[in-house]
Amino acid sequence: MNDNNRFPRLPWIILAIGVVLLAVGSYIGLFVAPPEMLMGQVQRIMYVHVPTAWNALLALTFAFVCAVIFLFRSDWKWDARMEAAIEVGVVLGFLLCCQGSIWAKPTWGVWWDWDPRLTTTAVLVFAFLGILALRKFVEDPVRRAIWSAVATIIASVDVPIVYYSVRWWNSLHQLQSSPSTVSRQFWLPLRVNAFGILFLMTAFIMLRARVASMRLKHELAPPPALGGTV
Amino acid sequence: MLTAALRKELLLQWRSRAQFMAVFVFGAAALLLFSFAVGPVAEMLRQFSAGFLWLGLLLSSTLTLAESFHAEMENRAMEGLLLLPSNPRALYYGKAVANWLQLILLGIALIPVMVVLYDAGTTRIPLLILVIALGTAGLSAPGTLYAAMTAQVRSKQTLLPLLLFPLIVPALLASVKATSLIILGDPMDQVRSWIVLLASFDAIYWSLCGLLFGKVVEE
Repeated sequence: MNDNNRFPRLPWIILAIGVVLLAVGSYIGLFVAPPEMLMGQVQRIMYVHVPTAWNALLALTFAFVCAVIFLFRSDWKWDARMEAAIEVGVVLGFLLCCQGSIWAKPTWGVWWDWDPRLTTTAVLVFAFLGILALRKFVEDPVRRAIWSAVATIIASVDVPIVYYSVRWWNSLHQLQSSPSTVSRQFWLPLRVNAFGILFLMTAFIMLRARVASMRLKHELAPPPALGGTV
Repeated sequence: MLTAALRKELLLQWRSRAQFMAVFVFGAAALLLFSFAVGPVAEMLRQFSAGFLWLGLLLSSTLTLAESFHAEMENRAMEGLLLLPSNPRALYYGKAVANWLQLILLGIALIPVMVVLYDAGTTRIPLLILVIALGTAGLSAPGTLYAAMTAQVRSKQTLLPLLLFPLIVPALLASVKATSLIILGDPMDQVRSWIVLLASFDAIYWSLCGLLFGKVVEE
């Protein structure tokens, strides 16, 4: 699958589609959709915030799946994908917190609040950031892969907690959005952006996994003098 | 096998009980520093006493947990233990239970320090001990797993807290809330629900970490 000398066409095509979708969705969200009744223009951040949230949780769930598969199959491919998914998930999670803060300041009056949704999300980002740190500290590739897979499985316990936190506890944050709770003029740009960021996330994970695979191959290869290639 | 592992751990801990004293002093010093950081306002100190107790306990636990695999790292003792014809999970649970007991002891030892420094007394001591037991269980399970991992790498003192702290936040929150309600009064009997939450986190982590321990130590 990874013929690494060949240009990776598929991820870049997906990336292009994602950029287009995100541009279209954002245009509709910013200029075509009407302002919300109570919140006004501030509400427009929802068009990136909600898709980012969905995709961050999706990326980290995918990381969990990769971790489980890796522990069963011991195939390096899945370790590379897991590393990529964690990185993308952490970046999306961090962006999520930034976007949320931008919305929260005018709406709630504070940049941050310690309600269940925000607290569990911050914990999630820090937990996976810790896993990335773990990967940097461990030199043996086999141990690194196994340990980070184990740590990913443990940290993923928080993912459903983040998602359901608004339903289980009395949270300041709103409940999940769905077509039944949001009007159609809002739903269209939201869905377009969701797919846009989904495609972007997929492309980033594919490209990053490719980089991880190449790095690993380089790490495991014998030195050039003994017959390995550079 | 589990009882044998547990006996071994308790014996090891008994033999290094001087270290426990050092950790206790560290915890007490931490509680002292918190009161300096906040200032001598007695009412405020009492308000936050539960938080200080658990923070002190958490910081001390990183010391205890980081040292817990010290013996296994010498002379490749870990390999020897893994060669025994039994489940490595017994090893994990033995270690985790021993760490847990040590942390409970530490928590109980820090109660009088908290009472004195923050004027945070309570008559509901058995309930407080229950909360300490459940909270430290939440620290011990993931802590022992990550201690097994980090004992084998370079910067274990940095890595263990880095990995552990995000994971134990739910247990910490529930413990602090429950302790705070016990100390400051609980008119609506909310302690029960926090204890249930704590117990469920403990159940999840104790089963999950036990399942995964084999992978962490296999060669």
